[in-house]
Amino acid sequence: MGRYIIKRLLMIIPVAIGVTVLIFTIMYFTPGDPATIILGSNASAEQLKQKNAELGLDKGYVQRLADYMGNLILKQDLGKSYMNNRSVSGDIMERFPRTLTIAFFSILIAIVIGIPLGIAAAVNHYKWQDSVAMIVALFGVSMPGFWVALMLVLLFALKLALLPAMGIGDGLRSYILPCIACSFGGLATIARQTRSSMLEVIRADYIVTARAKGQVERVVIYKHALRNALIPVVTDAVTSFGLMLGGALVIETVFSIPGLGVYMVTAINSRDYPAIQGAVVFMSIVFSLVMLLMDLIYAFVDPRIKSQYQKSKRRIGDA
Amino acid sequence: MRNEMTSPAGRKLKKSSQLKYIAGRLKRNKLAVAGLIIIIIMTLVAIFSPWLAPYQYDKTDLSNMFSPPTREHPFGTDELGRDILSRIMYGGRYSLRIGIISISCAAVAGAAIGSVAGYFGGKSDLLIMRVLDIIQAIPGLVLAIAVSATLGPGFTNCIIALAIGVTPAFARMTRASILNIRKMEYLEAATSINASNFRIISRHVLPNALSPLIVQSTMGIATAILIAASLSFIGLGVQPPTPEWGAMLAGGRNYITNYPHLVIFPGVTIMIAVLSLNMLGDGLRDALDPKLKD
Repeated sequence: MGRYIIKRLLMIIPVAIGVTVLIFTIMYFTPGDPATIILGSNASAEQLKQKNAELGLDKGYVQRLADYMGNLILKQDLGKSYMNNRSVSGDIMERFPRTLTIAFFSILIAIVIGIPLGIAAAVNHYKWQDSVAMIVALFGVSMPGFWVALMLVLLFALKLALLPAMGIGDGLRSYILPCIACSFGGLATIARQTRSSMLEVIRADYIVTARAKGQVERVVIYKHALRNALIPVVTDAVTSFGLMLGGALVIETVFSIPGLGVYMVTAINSRDYPAIQGAVVFMSIVFSLVMLLMDLIYAFVDPRIKSQYQKSKRRIGDA
Repeated sequence: MRNEMTSPAGRKLKKSSQLKYIAGRLKRNKLAVAGLIIIIIMTLVAIFSPWLAPYQYDKTDLSNMFSPPTREHPFGTDELGRDILSRIMYGGRYSLRIGIISISCAAVAGAAIGSVAGYFGGKSDLLIMRVLDIIQAIPGLVLAIAVSATLGPGFTNCIIALAIGVTPAFARMTRASILNIRKMEYLEAATSINASNFRIISRHVLPNALSPLIVQSTMGIATAILIAASLSFIGLGVQPPTPEWGAMLAGGRNYITNYPHLVIFPGVTIMIAVLSLNMLGDGLRDALDPKLKD
């Protein structure tokens, strides 16, 4: 197991470097002169030139990329914002926990509701519970998250005045609506996946055996079937978590929660490229880490991967 | 199996019956048929919107701003007195086109890249897969944001941003099915009669890898419509006054307190479009899945 974890951890390094190079290259081709954005269009040619030199923008692509990578790896520094000259990495670290909070509670909601919904659908295959659960799930994947957010604001904040419509002034209460809005897509995906993998497992011989020996139905479903059906669900849940991090970016803007999404949108509107670039690089590295986590969980829950590595270890020991 | 080869034109007969068989299976799935019908209607309405829409999409009427739904304006009017129903009908031209064009580009590019990687294997496969790993390490929406931030907002740029983000998924899927197909005997047969690589890929490999591609495309159009709406909503996609559905939501959100119809109707439209495509995709997957054949 240890070897597998180390191997997967090492594999993330080239991906992270590749992502940074890719984003840097995309951003490199952005039209527009940063010095003009910072100093305004009234600045003289002399001033602009000086500013560009100050920012290191007069250097070539390779030199700039090397500087960027160097700062990122050695100092975890993503550069300075054009707008307020603050450190981009500092700003991101200040805001990211809010985005993470939304994504974390959303996936929690999605798992807690999605898995039972999927089980109910599979156990009652072709009955009304199945249809209801799957219709709920279909609607869940089909609604834009930010629109659900708007509708929730309309109902719970503006009409019923139960929950705050925006900001984070009310502590965790401010996160209730954003998390619900963000959880919809993942909830639906998890419910659908749970249902289909439960249906596959439920027909297996060992379920028949369990029933034949007179096992209580509840134990058959939860112990024998669910445990085996859960592996693809875990994959889906982690993937959904990654997508929720992205979705949270948009949903934040609905609730004006000062997380990474609002930061990116502000940066894009003011053409603050170091901030956009930093946020995208940061999100991608977080996303890769989430995918790594998925592989590790996968190895943990799937005995086939575990045994593969145990066997190879034994073989090395024998030799 | 019905339609055993009894007629002299046996081969042709069997081929057409296969299609008929799939269509028959699809027809039995009521949700899929409903999805297909709704999507066809929406597409037709979008195409013929200049003749079908009760008003011009950009016709303002400042004496009738924020009208709630009435007989003249079934979906009400917006902050400039423009008819929301007409704007939604026209908006389909943008929203549906973004979904269809970006996914078609991604599917073609992805299938080509995936075929090359899967068919030739070796170094080209390794290189392509590592590049795809990197692109896929960036969440789809975030990549779309980065690309649109670079290219600037707009209709075409939105399509490019979406297509780049989805291509790796198509490539990966095509590669996986081709790796399976490569082991088949009919490929060995084609190679042994000296068929060219292009012919083998285009005539033997791709047609057999097609069904997951069709399902993925249908679902992909749904996702693309959702992402495009998100992009427009945060100001990066199609810009107002273009009546794209996401842009309409972005324009209406400031008035949600007093005039919720500005955001309800475009949102429901997006939902119906995406829902229909998902239902159709589900149905197609079941109809094309040979494992489910009785």
